[in-house]
Parts: sequence; structure tokens; C-alpha cells
Amino acid sequence: MSDRPYKVFKIKEGVVIDHIPVGKALKVVNVLGLGRKIGNSIITLGMNLESKKMGRKDVVKIEKKELSQDDLNKIVLIAPEASINIIKNEKVAEKVSIHVPAKFDNLIQCPNPKCITRNYEMRSLFITAKKEPLQVKCHYCEKVFGRDEADLL
Amino acid sequence: MGLGKLNFKGKSIISINDLSKDEIVYILETAKKIESMPLSRKQKLLSGRIMASLFFEPSTRTRLSFQSAMTRLGGRVIGFSDPNTSSFAKGETLYDTIKMVENYVDVIAMRHPIEGSARLASEATKKPVINGGDGANQHPTQTLLDLYTIKKSQGKISGLKIAMCGDLKYGRTVHSLAIALSHFDCRLYFVAPESLKMPSYYLNELSRKGIIFSEHEKIEEVISEVDIFYSTRIQKERFPDEIEYEKVKDVYILTKDMLKNVRKNMKILHPLPRVNEISADVDSTPYAYYFEQSANGVPIREAVLSLVLGVLK
Repeated sequence: MSDRPYKVFKIKEGVVIDHIPVGKALKVVNVLGLGRKIGNSIITLGMNLESKKMGRKDVVKIEKKELSQDDLNKIVLIAPEASINIIKNEKVAEKVSIHVPAKFDNLIQCPNPKCITRNYEMRSLFITAKKEPLQVKCHYCEKVFGRDEADLL
Repeated sequence: MGLGKLNFKGKSIISINDLSKDEIVYILETAKKIESMPLSRKQKLLSGRIMASLFFEPSTRTRLSFQSAMTRLGGRVIGFSDPNTSSFAKGETLYDTIKMVENYVDVIAMRHPIEGSARLASEATKKPVINGGDGANQHPTQTLLDLYTIKKSQGKISGLKIAMCGDLKYGRTVHSLAIALSHFDCRLYFVAPESLKMPSYYLNELSRKGIIFSEHEKIEEVISEVDIFYSTRIQKERFPDEIEYEKVKDVYILTKDMLKNVRKNMKILHPLPRVNEISADVDSTPYAYYFEQSANGVPIREAVLSLVLGVLK
């Protein structure tokens, strides 16, 4: 298996999201809104690849795409240990490290159905209560949720 | 203590979690100051000020206590206690209601069934908002009056042994009280049936702050040790089936017989209304303190109103 060549296409310009936990690649694609509106980007997914660091991992490569801070904050929720490489001219031009932000502004839907943010049209706001394992606290209903409970908007 | 730096003027009181230990202590001291103030001064303290009393959900005790506090200090109250008769019933959003009301008043006291509503209201206006309960979330003046009652009955808060009993899983009152007490280095005892235990989130918070606590299933395990026994209602509708409820309901009834070996200074608190968790024969003992507790709602709300209106500093 180990001498098998990497089966994910190289890209010329764009971004590589590496070290995604196995099975979460599609979720990453979805939270970045790429499931709905792709434009002329080519997206390649590698799932269950071998990894020295993680044993197994997923990789997502997106051509002609720049990630915003909101995008990075969304990725943190799904793949906290992801490494992000900006590719220019087929080479890694920059490595972006992702870290848990102090707050998530309008990125998470509060899982509490009795929360005001679920009953009015308004923005949601979550404050990071704990980084590892991640816990976020709703600014409005003050309930605390773990990574797997918090749904992205 | 650095209390001189505290400034409550214009500040909303939404959650006990927003208040530092110094701020909590300062509110309690202000309540005490107001209680011993000459009547002639007290009655003019908030004259010319208007409080909006916005009760989107009925609550006789909290509403009357806020209105009494404002009126006793010479202020006036406008508002509603039945959302069906207000513009809210016509579909006006909470945000718009607050935007409209802020032009008429100096301070807003509100209760609303949706969690986080008071926070949203405070973001809609520059006038101070006092949360009188937002669903199962927060009710900070209740927590403050509980702390005030503990302090009044024992002369201090720090170092006390305090038990909380009943529905510790869903009870908003006990969650907020436990977190507030974590500022004061108390020894806590949690008495609840297995299915209604204190959620781990709160226990972790207490551990993180170095608070010593233990969990129990019977009142008898703790009653002779504690300075404060805080009883709460166990609601039938919280149980998945009625058999489970029948099994535990009598275990959490405090009776006079159980008080034989308690400490002399021990006081029993309850946020009221009680159903049957404290039997009536306890009322005549020197340990019953729940009616004094509910009376403390007025001086605490007087203190909060005076501070956020900037009349007392």
C-alpha cells in the first residue's frame, strides 16, 4: 500500500486542506458552500489516505479558491488539526495555520430550539468556552455545546 | 477591594455570569444600605424615573416585586403583564417592542419565555434592561436575593456549608446559585434523584474553581451538617414515566422530624412556590426562612434599580 502513488491531482492555483479526520472531507466541502456553488473551480477529494501523522486522513483540494477568516473558522469546527496550504504555480506559497477563534460570529446554528436565535431572524454568536476539547457557549441562551453538537449554519 | 471603580450606571443586568464577585458583593451591600435608609430619603430616591414592566409571560411574584421596588423608591411603572393585550400579539418583534418602549422609560424590567431574549433586548436599547427571567436560562435578581438571604441569615457567605435539593438537572435557580456561590469558597452538597442530578457542565465549572462538593441521594445524609438547605420543587413532568416519579417524590420531602439534629443556625430556603417538598409543620420551626427570602426580593430589586439608574453609586 505504502508505495502506491498519491491519487489526488496536483493543482496549479488554489488551496489544499490537509489532515482532515477520515470521513469529514465532504462536510468540509459543504460548509465552505462548495456543494451548492462551485463556479469554475475543480474540487478533488481524497478520502481515507494514509498519513504518518494521523494514520488515515482526508484531503480536499480546491482550485481557484481563497479562504476567508470565516471559512477557516468553519473548518476549525470540523477539522481542528487541518493544515492549509495555499498553492501558487503548483507550489506551496503559504502555509496557513488554523486556530480556534475567540468567537464564532453567525457561523453556528444554536442547537437549543428554545434559544432566541432559533425563534427570531437574527445573527447567532458563540463564544469559545474551552479550546480542547472544543466547547462553545451561545452568547444568547448561554448553553454550552461540544464540537459534535454544534451545527454550522 | 477596588469597589470604588464599579459603575453600574446604564448597565443591563442579564445574567449572573456577567457579574464579578465585587459587583455581586456591592449589590448586596447596596440592598442593605437601602433597607436601613430613612423612609423620607428612600421614597424620593427614584422620583421622576419610569420603569417599563414587560412581562411576556405571567409571573406574579417577580412582576409585583419589581413594581413594588420601583414604587417604594418613588418611581413609576408602566407596562403589561399579559402579552395577548400588547402589540406583541399583533406580531411585533421583541426588538421592535424594545425600540419603541425605550423612548418612554428610564429602565426596563422584563420576563420572556425564550432563552436569550433579555440579552437581545439589551442589545436593542441603550437603556438598562433587567432580566426577570428568560425561559430556563437566567433570572439574576433571584440569584442575588438568594445570596442576600444567605448573607442576612448567617452574617456571611464565605466558608458556609450549603445543600441544594430537588430538581438539580433542569432547575435554573440552583444552577445560577451554584455558579454564584463559587465566588465565595462554600462547601456544596447536591441532593437529587439519579435522573435529576446536577449537570456535569456545572460540576466541572465548580471543580475548575476549586470548589469542594459532593452528591447525595437522601436529605438525611446532609441535613445535620449544613448551614443552608436550599430546597426546590421536583416537577412531575420532568420524569419519563410516572412510576419513576412515584418512587422518588416522597424521598425529597423535608419534614419536621428530619430537623432534630440540625445546626442551630441552619436555615431552609426555597424559591417558592412550593408544592409539597417542605411540609407545613416545618414553617413554625426557627429553621424556616423561605418567606423572609421572598421578602428580600424587594430590597435587592431596589438596589439593582438604583444602581443601574445611577442614583446610588
